[in-house]
Amino acid sequence: MDFSGANLNFSLLLPEIALAISGFAILLFGVTKRGKDFGFGLGLLGLLAALAFTVQQWGSLETGFFGMVTKDGFSSLFNLIFLMGGVISIMISRSYLISKGIDKPEYYALILFSILGMMVMASTYDMIIIFLGLEIMSIPLYVLAGFNRKDPKSNEAGIKYFIMGAFASGFLLYGIALVYGAGATTDLRLIAANFHSLAQSSPMFLYAGAALILIGFGFKVAAVPFHMWAPDVYQGAPTPVTAFFSVGPKAAGFAALMRILAFGFDSMDEIQPILWTLAVLTMVVGNLLALFQDNIKRMLAYSSIAHAGYILVALTVGGESAVASGMYYLLGYTFINLGAFAILTILDTRDGTDSRFSEINGMAARHPYLASLLAIFMFSLAGFPPTAGFFGKLYIFSGAVDSGFIWLAIIGVMTSFVSVYYYMRVVVYCFFNKSDHPFAQVSLNPYLMVALLITAVGAIGLGVLPSFWIDLSRQAFASFL
Amino acid sequence: MIGAEHFLIVSAILFAVGVTGALISRNLIMIFMSVEIMLNAANLAIITFARMHGDMGGHVIVFLTLTVAAAEAAVGLGLIMTLYSKRGSVDAAKFNIMKW
Repeated sequence: MDFSGANLNFSLLLPEIALAISGFAILLFGVTKRGKDFGFGLGLLGLLAALAFTVQQWGSLETGFFGMVTKDGFSSLFNLIFLMGGVISIMISRSYLISKGIDKPEYYALILFSILGMMVMASTYDMIIIFLGLEIMSIPLYVLAGFNRKDPKSNEAGIKYFIMGAFASGFLLYGIALVYGAGATTDLRLIAANFHSLAQSSPMFLYAGAALILIGFGFKVAAVPFHMWAPDVYQGAPTPVTAFFSVGPKAAGFAALMRILAFGFDSMDEIQPILWTLAVLTMVVGNLLALFQDNIKRMLAYSSIAHAGYILVALTVGGESAVASGMYYLLGYTFINLGAFAILTILDTRDGTDSRFSEINGMAARHPYLASLLAIFMFSLAGFPPTAGFFGKLYIFSGAVDSGFIWLAIIGVMTSFVSVYYYMRVVVYCFFNKSDHPFAQVSLNPYLMVALLITAVGAIGLGVLPSFWIDLSRQAFASFL
Repeated sequence: MIGAEHFLIVSAILFAVGVTGALISRNLIMIFMSVEIMLNAANLAIITFARMHGDMGGHVIVFLTLTVAAAEAAVGLGLIMTLYSKRGSVDAAKFNIMKW
């Protein structure tokens, strides 16, 4: 049989295929006695191969599989974020997993499959493929959250994430169903092209569908008032998994939201006040609740909610420069947050730790380099120059002011002043507080050092050369307009 | 005469039942079943629209979402089993080690 007539274009999916093959290879070798040790190596190999294919696809603009798969600059940039996040996550995972006695090969396979789902989400215009990618991403994440089966907290995190995730999928799918009802298509390009006639003929389905889709993604990116699962899941999941949670699914959720809101429903002005409200609530609630936490992981969970609020500001403003600044922010946030979590993971490999603030007392005296790196990441999260966090906020808020959303920018700047308090608390605890018992030594392996190096270079490099990266994000966004 | 609107109303009622069940139920299995009802409400809506518009694509979508729901059920029931064997209960109110 001849399939050459069908416009399948398999080469578009090379990064995804690389991930799928290495994921299945890990599972296959994992059942043998000796193959158990290959999990990490095969996982890293698969991710690097996918990274190479993604770089090779850079700048192309092709569709395949009957318009279901689109590889453009936008998908390439997001694939880069997901794959970098994956590489760093599995590099910091190894020693933690060994110390907790859960170093199983399926861990790496699950991370790989989850990234595969994220990449599918970012490389399509079709809402059903977005839904499918979302599920491919989420189902491994439910397992990863509960991966430490002996730990009741991890069990609880897994079940809470599963229930909230499945609940959100229900909303999303019903929303997609209603939009399908309005236009007999799930293709965002057709919806965008015929938007005004659809809004005339069946406004109810279209608007109700858009609202339900927004609720579904609100859960996924942990926007207030759909955030209540996030702190519990972040705190209970194993620390490297939390690191992965805080960047990968969030970036994927925003990638899909950008395609849907900034492209498919771009003409729907009625959605702007809703986004406005979501952004304000997310920034205020996330930052205020982060002040009262005594667990660093939980504090970082609220901080990641607050950062989602800043990116929602970019989405509210809309348009090329605002959305591009949101993408730049996500890229910087990936490096910074993974860096902060990498250090937290290193500290959590010690016995009897629970990521409390008191556990980092006097860390600077024992580990001056690690403490300085942690301080860099905290300054960056708080948005001090010359780091990626500063320029991300600068671009987002100046874009908001330029488009007349002055109040939104003022609330954003005020809440990020509040955030300085809880980020600086970490620095104060590790530099100025004395530990009442000797600070237990931590050991570093080469992978951890490479991961720390990449994240630190990323956090500062994006801040030193912001214009290069913002141009890259602009080109990426322009590619789908 | 039964028309498309009847199917859509049933689907909306099913969705509301699912959401309510997921929000008020305390038993994890019941919550999970409610979520499945939500997904199937969406399936019913998609099928109805597909029939309304005479579009085969909608029928294919339902096969995809059924598969997704099955995968989700496998993972979800596994998680609930782990939890049950550890705590001897599937009462959602008991899982509160972490709160702010």
